[in-house]
Amino acid sequence: MFSTCIRTLRTASKFGPLARYESTLVIAEHNNESLLPITSNTLTAAKKIGGDVTVLVAGTKCEAVAQSVCKAKGVSKVLLADSDAFKGFTAESLTPLILKLCNDHKFTHILAGASAFGKALLPRVAAKLDVSPVSDIIGIKASDTFVRTIYAGNAIQTLKSKDNVKVVSVRGTSFEQLPLEGGDAKCENVPAGDISSQVQYIKQELSKSDRPELTSAKVVISGGRGMKSGDNFKLLYTLADKFNAAVGASRAAVDAGFVPNDLQVGQTGKIVAPNLYIAVGISGAIQHLAGMKDSKTIVAINKDPEAPIFQVADYGLVADLFKAVPELTEKL
Amino acid sequence: MARVLVGVKRVIDYAVRIRVKPDKTGVVTDGIKHSMNPFDEIAIEEAVRMKEKKIAQEVIAVSCGPTQSQDTIRTALAMGADRGIHVEISGPEYQTLQPIHISKILAKLAQDEKVNLVILGKQAIDDDNNQTAQMTAGVLDWPSGTFCSKVENSNGELTITREIDGGLEVVKMKTPAVLSADLRLNEPRYATLPNIMKAKKKPIKKITPKDLGVDIAPRIEVLSVEDPPVRQAGAILPDVDTLITKLKESGHV
Repeated sequence: MFSTCIRTLRTASKFGPLARYESTLVIAEHNNESLLPITSNTLTAAKKIGGDVTVLVAGTKCEAVAQSVCKAKGVSKVLLADSDAFKGFTAESLTPLILKLCNDHKFTHILAGASAFGKALLPRVAAKLDVSPVSDIIGIKASDTFVRTIYAGNAIQTLKSKDNVKVVSVRGTSFEQLPLEGGDAKCENVPAGDISSQVQYIKQELSKSDRPELTSAKVVISGGRGMKSGDNFKLLYTLADKFNAAVGASRAAVDAGFVPNDLQVGQTGKIVAPNLYIAVGISGAIQHLAGMKDSKTIVAINKDPEAPIFQVADYGLVADLFKAVPELTEKL
Repeated sequence: MARVLVGVKRVIDYAVRIRVKPDKTGVVTDGIKHSMNPFDEIAIEEAVRMKEKKIAQEVIAVSCGPTQSQDTIRTALAMGADRGIHVEISGPEYQTLQPIHISKILAKLAQDEKVNLVILGKQAIDDDNNQTAQMTAGVLDWPSGTFCSKVENSNGELTITREIDGGLEVVKMKTPAVLSADLRLNEPRYATLPNIMKAKKKPIKKITPKDLGVDIAPRIEVLSVEDPPVRQAGAILPDVDTLITKLKESGHV
């Protein structure tokens, strides 16, 4: 109690009468060519906190990305840090830059999307600031009060952060995307600073696909162990083409080698919340449900009537997927 | 040769359907089956494999928590860790313990024990934070290899394959470093009965955060823990045609 009072006093004296105003830094996730959609969701979360929103675009030859963020309504400033050293966007190379900016601008909040990028980066920044980060929030109740899920989405925790800087990662599917239009923010170049070369980026092997990206797709069709082989996933790809859907998978399907890891939906894979989620040959383990149960409509196709997936499905079809899926594709 | 520190957490078993306490202060943990966090089993397995390949010299398993955390350490010892450290924290202090505290404890232990590799699970399945490895690396100012699905070690240089959103990424770093294990890193072994018996003789050192000079004052206040909204029960449909009709009615087709 007493220590909280002291902290409040100290904060107040440091920031003077401005202490009540929030000032948020959003760390943009991009691929040097365009902004990734999760950053637009994060911008909405940042606006919800209130106060100024500054966006950091750090990368290699990424000025176009910075210019596109300038157009987002409600963004007051875009900071552009361009350097070869940010290749691979490693947490080690970005952290010193963020710390410097935090020190110069006295941000009250630092936000990023809860993607592999944000999850790797933010806790390192928080450790350097000696604050406790808040992961994967699904709601904002006040500038210091956040809502998140625990136990694979089976409980909802509301917490109040007592730290003077809130370092928060945002679940993309829980916030709307802020359109990149209607704004006119200034873009300011900032020096890259002292770059750590602790981690050397070698290469990426990205799964190539013409389909929409899994976490932002309007329709997702996922396959599980019941698909029996990787070849059979073709059934789902053909169905997905009818819906312009992304294809996902359960852990069982990934572990069995049917599809690559980055398609995994669940507690430890991707969290999706599309308008329509079609689960094919997926039993519906707790860990899988954690990744999809906020979907608007859930359809389950499974031959086992006792499968737990039917407890969350809006529409269930107890049928052999090898008959039902081709029939569905054909009739659509 | 590397000395490896592995963090292991005692959590409610992954197969248990949890219950939220009626007073909304947390979830019911008394009398509930606990086990080692699945990602930590993978971390231990990786460390033990390094030892078997003679890349690692000693594997130390550490757990922070109440007395029962020693069971989790014993499991790690039965899987092949050499010795354990139990950082005892119980009661209300354990309730408010967070990754920031654990990371400071692990960082201090990493220095005291002169380890050059810390391996942790990528996240605990109870708080789902996914923070401790990154923060430990931050506190130590060591490089971090997060979400590892492959680790190759040659003379202190690590080549790491990471699981990222669009696929895989390869990075290189020198030890000392902190790694976090993803599901695909390995298949953890089962502890055999003889090894469980042997593990009983392996030493577990008991210390407190105070001994390590780490302040574990709470940084967040949990206001409430509640059940998630319940989905309305759906309908089982007789055939594909009905499904298509329903999808059309709800505007999905």
